[in-house]
Amino acid sequence: MAFVSSGYNPKEPMKDRITDIGPKHFEEFYPPVIKNNKGKWLYHEILEPGVLVHVSETGDEVYTVRVGGCRLMSIEHIREICEIADKHCNGYLRFTTRNNIEFMVDSKSKVKPLVDDLMSRKQPGGCYKFPVGGTGAGITNIVHTQGWLHCHTPATDASGPVKATMDVLFDDFRTMRLPAHVRVSLACCLNMCGAVHCSDIAILGYHRKPPLLDHEYLDKMCEVPLAIAACPTAAIKPSKVTLPSGVEVKSVAVNQERCMFCGNCYTMCPSMPLADTEGDGIVIMAGGKVSNRLSAPKFSKVVVAFLPNEAPRWPQTTAVIKKIVEAYAKGANKYERVGEWAERIGWERFFEKCEIEFTHHLIDDFRDPAYFTWRQTTQFKF
Amino acid sequence: MAKHATPMLDQLETGPWPSFVTDIKRQAEFRKKNQEKMNYQIPVDVCEDLLGILELSFKQGRTHWKHGGIVGVFGYGGGVIGRYCDQPEQFPGVAHFHTMRVAQPAGKFYTSSYLRELCDLWDFRGSGITNMHGSTGDIIFLGTTTPQLEEIFFELTHRINQDLGGSGSNLRTPSDCVGQARCEFACYDTQALCHDLTNEYQDELHRPAFPYKFKFKFDGCPNCCVASIARSDMSFIGTWRDDIRVDQKAVAAYVGGELKANAGAHSGRDWGKFDIQKEVVGLCPTGCMRYEGGKLEINNRECTRCMHCINVMPRALRIGLERGLSVLVGAKAPILDGAQMGTLLVPFISAEPPYSELKETVIEPIWDWWMEEGKNRERLGELIKRQGFGKLLEVTGFKPDPRMVKEPRSNPYIFWKEEEVEGGWERDINEFRKHHQR
Repeated sequence: MAFVSSGYNPKEPMKDRITDIGPKHFEEFYPPVIKNNKGKWLYHEILEPGVLVHVSETGDEVYTVRVGGCRLMSIEHIREICEIADKHCNGYLRFTTRNNIEFMVDSKSKVKPLVDDLMSRKQPGGCYKFPVGGTGAGITNIVHTQGWLHCHTPATDASGPVKATMDVLFDDFRTMRLPAHVRVSLACCLNMCGAVHCSDIAILGYHRKPPLLDHEYLDKMCEVPLAIAACPTAAIKPSKVTLPSGVEVKSVAVNQERCMFCGNCYTMCPSMPLADTEGDGIVIMAGGKVSNRLSAPKFSKVVVAFLPNEAPRWPQTTAVIKKIVEAYAKGANKYERVGEWAERIGWERFFEKCEIEFTHHLIDDFRDPAYFTWRQTTQFKF
Repeated sequence: MAKHATPMLDQLETGPWPSFVTDIKRQAEFRKKNQEKMNYQIPVDVCEDLLGILELSFKQGRTHWKHGGIVGVFGYGGGVIGRYCDQPEQFPGVAHFHTMRVAQPAGKFYTSSYLRELCDLWDFRGSGITNMHGSTGDIIFLGTTTPQLEEIFFELTHRINQDLGGSGSNLRTPSDCVGQARCEFACYDTQALCHDLTNEYQDELHRPAFPYKFKFKFDGCPNCCVASIARSDMSFIGTWRDDIRVDQKAVAAYVGGELKANAGAHSGRDWGKFDIQKEVVGLCPTGCMRYEGGKLEINNRECTRCMHCINVMPRALRIGLERGLSVLVGAKAPILDGAQMGTLLVPFISAEPPYSELKETVIEPIWDWWMEEGKNRERLGELIKRQGFGKLLEVTGFKPDPRMVKEPRSNPYIFWKEEEVEGGWERDINEFRKHHQR
């Protein structure tokens, strides 16, 4: 593994340095049919699950085949994507916000060979490499975060629960039988690198134990005032601690009853870890959306306060999600999103229909907004 | 023979959805074989150790990654996130496993030749594992060692003409929806605006000068496919202010069943015959539509542009022609004081290049205020809550408009300013006592 220089000279870092050039210009990557018809599209139609056609006022058509992708992707996999793009699409492709891959062709006759090719490619264990779907009134790819694979603050894994959930929801990725689209998202801690707080169904990693205090190292590794200031509930105060060796060190004390387990202290101070095998797990939230269609965008609501981390397939988590999807599919009106359905029938009915137990943890007690979630009317259902 | 046994991860190699475990194993195998006799610049077994450490987390239910150290490329404060594992003896291949964020092109369109350039670089100098893409939108290179950071940056900028993205208390890499490139609903060119602002504000993107992170996201219409309204400090959502264009013949074709409602999005179930009264007119949130005598009428002045009717009948109804965008500010995830949705600040503004009005009257005054008043790690939305929406109007100079609120305040606790009250606040108590005994 001999070091090979790129040409960079560490003794003269500024020599010929190129900075602030930004991303590549998007027009370099437009397929000709996109370049020629940008801003001229008249309408679109979903021909079958995963296949869209967009028709331009020039008469041109672009056919898009959408496939699910793991956001975690090897370069060998990307090279295979490139090979497919070369074979069918003159080397052009795009990715969606929800980690899907879109292959575009300019005539209908090119669609079937592309779809057949994509669906024929499988991994050794039988998983599809490029499942076609994720359009319309179905379930598209789950947007997610890093989890145990790369992050320092997660309370659950990301890629693992996502794989387990998508296996369970796969039929709805491949079909469009639901009342409206259902967006599922996962964030492995409440920092929420993904926007799970406005998803139809959100899978959220959460800690339930206050931070451990590594007194011997805390003052050496952290700025104590920053750790104190990081706490949203003012549960952390400075303290002096005598170590077993008799040495007195500066550290912090945590008022454990005030801890809401957000981990913000750990972000500022590595000597305050929260991760714990039994303490950590999953919160399920439901009923959020970002679209302004029909009703205003909504936050997701906590519907299950905690489920344990059950690697590798998180069966309780996927079972709850499946129950919500099935109850929604059965009960919602056409066009109604999960949150709109829950609001129409009432949340008391939502828990009944989804067979989810309502516990005291689900009643908001965090600051002023909590009051606005309680019921100030005699209108409710028995 | 794999370096580490991974019995738990192996259980994720079946089922229909693509398996990330199989994919990482594929890369591990590719590196081990090294058919092209590559002089790999980071440990050959990096992927095997990645699987090993992930298996350990699956067993224990805890992560094994430490806080990022201070690593980066010279002159930038963002774009690289330091990552070290806490079991380097057992998994030396991932002892250093730093992330590099590579700024993605607007719209996430690619050519295979460009992607292959990135693959070759990442094969040679990194783990060969990526995220396509990270949540914010960047291409993520997942896992390399400290000595490789400058080398990768040098090759990216010199050979591939490509820069890093944002991280830390910076402008984060902006991202957008597919927009006018392939969508008839887009009210402005999201790619053009995203690319322009990304390049205009490269300094803010690479050199941390903000109280905390700041995100721009661009949605072409109120359907909000990139979720800008939920997750960007400044959300640019396309809109129009004239009339929805109606093609009555196409309306009739939807009613008659010749055209599939909602562009075929509901074809997986038999929902019965399309009923324009029930599915469009009756659901309109403002009740501004009427279908009579085979004609659809829209009272456009009352329309709030929710997109439902257009989504249902895209061939009959089209967005208006007087187009621009709305700016909403302050969205963020729950940490710390609860989630916030973007709040409408600018109902309508031009989205035509060079976007001077947007930059000079919206973006820059707000940044100046936030950089002056924002506390460490305070998002814009939290500052707006702390100092009040009125302060935001003050710093931007926008006039108060009922469109900015859902409803007026229900308390009278108005913080009147002295200059707003006739005669000011200075009064003489003795003069007062002449008329009012103690």
